[in-house]
Amino acid sequence: MKTAALAIVAPMEEPSAEKRESREPVSPPRETARHEPSRLEMALRPVLLPAITFALVLLGWTVMQATFVPAFPDVPAVWNKAVEIFSNPFYVYGPNDMGIAWQVMYSLGRVLAGFFLALAVGIPAGFLIGANRTFEQAWMPLIAILRPVSPLAWLPIGLLVFRAVDPSAIFVIFITSIWPVILNTAAGVKAIPQDYLNVARVLNFNRREMVTKIYVPATLPYMLTGMQLSLGTAWMVIVAAEMLTGGIGIGFYIWDEWNNLSVPSIIVAIVIIGCVGIMLETGMGFVRRRYDYTGKE
Amino acid sequence: MVERYPVLQISKVGKTFDTRSGSFEALRDVDLAIHEGEFVSIIGHSGCGKSTLLNLVAGLEMVTLGGIFLEGALVDGPGPERAVVFQNHSLLPWLTVYGNVRLAVDKVFGGRKTSAERDAWTREMLDLVNMAHAANKRPSEISGGMKQRVGIARALAMEPKVLLLDEPFGALDALTRAQLQDSVMEIHARLGNTVVMITHDVDEAVLLSDRIVMMSNSPAAGIGEIHDVALSRPRRRLELSENADYLAARSAVMRFLTRNRTDKAA
Repeated sequence: MKTAALAIVAPMEEPSAEKRESREPVSPPRETARHEPSRLEMALRPVLLPAITFALVLLGWTVMQATFVPAFPDVPAVWNKAVEIFSNPFYVYGPNDMGIAWQVMYSLGRVLAGFFLALAVGIPAGFLIGANRTFEQAWMPLIAILRPVSPLAWLPIGLLVFRAVDPSAIFVIFITSIWPVILNTAAGVKAIPQDYLNVARVLNFNRREMVTKIYVPATLPYMLTGMQLSLGTAWMVIVAAEMLTGGIGIGFYIWDEWNNLSVPSIIVAIVIIGCVGIMLETGMGFVRRRYDYTGKE
Repeated sequence: MVERYPVLQISKVGKTFDTRSGSFEALRDVDLAIHEGEFVSIIGHSGCGKSTLLNLVAGLEMVTLGGIFLEGALVDGPGPERAVVFQNHSLLPWLTVYGNVRLAVDKVFGGRKTSAERDAWTREMLDLVNMAHAANKRPSEISGGMKQRVGIARALAMEPKVLLLDEPFGALDALTRAQLQDSVMEIHARLGNTVVMITHDVDEAVLLSDRIVMMSNSPAAGIGEIHDVALSRPRRRLELSENADYLAARSAVMRFLTRNRTDKAA
């Protein structure tokens, strides 16, 4: 149980952390500040500061490339590659040669398929484990053993069972996503205060009303936290899984470009993966905050 | 005086808990009859089993010995006819104020009233506790006193035969508490509910109750004394401070509680 608890991010703790983030930029302490920052300055800070960081990284890259690792592409080479890639993102020259947009969409499709399968299995399983002591005792040791295993370790088993790469990749994502969903749902069910259950008992709720009117809404913020964790990890794992399975997908695209020795393409792909990850994270975070009753907002 | 049939009859009730360190007898031989429209407070030191007694009446826990009867029928589980206002309000945080009351109204009157009637009844109850203005707010957006008002509205909305209050004002500041006590007195005067209230506040017990049931200490706690509060209603807290009946009731309870003080605290 202790190892499992580490994976659980209680939803009540999160809003405060986010608030802290969103309140940036933090104004300097009064004593040291010569002048109050003007409104324009405050508005520009969130743009200017990251811009400086990016500029520094590009500068460091250029210097490194010119001195230590001449094999590494320089900034203009990568820029030109990016322009080339984005000028025709939807091309299809054959089953194994498609534009970058298709690569991303195939990967996203596998992630979502595995993710939703994991929800379909993990949420009911989490409810059973959270609500029923017998289930918890029966299943938690197995989950504790399997959870720390890299999901990629399951890929050969997927290939053995499904005899095809696509279902195997989806299977790996399913394994990736299911543990946070189960554990967070179970934690949410366990965290339901006895008072809510007493209210339901005084009202003589039957089992169905208990589930739909108390258990599900009370657990929802925890479930969504688990889903957000799952989705983020799944997007990381798909890249590695596709490198092994091949075919179409952003992960294999990187591997393919490595075989072509086209490092600029790889760097462009890394940036794309990061941006898609941000979109997934933001979308899921939005949904989670929408249903999070624990924060005041 | 004509012998009335009690609404609630607590008869030779005993409660023993099985704990890891053996069994613990919390209550022994509790006998109490509560009549219609009566406001009864149960007072005692913390841990004396008064909350246990309320849980038994609510049906949230089962008696070990004896029986509890509501209008002659044995209590064998919780139910809306014995609605509880919980100590910490217990509003469901994902529902609005309206939604919390409506949840109870829908369950209790689902088969008997139309949706429009249930809506009207929900709003009437919120109005009764002066919370109509916050109907669409979430529990996290209102104060502790307001939450407790909504908790009272939710319980009253079930039209309980006995309203059970479990230290309803314990977590509130003194000013808010006084306001809520006045509200409860007003509602009791208007609706004539039968009320059983757990409290550890002597003034609150004297101000609100027709009878004060004083509980001895556990283990095997029981009813020590019962004091009838002879004050006429409506009662106004400011006028009471020099009233002889008020002071007599107050000192009777204080005497009992002092005499039964546990040595653990010393």
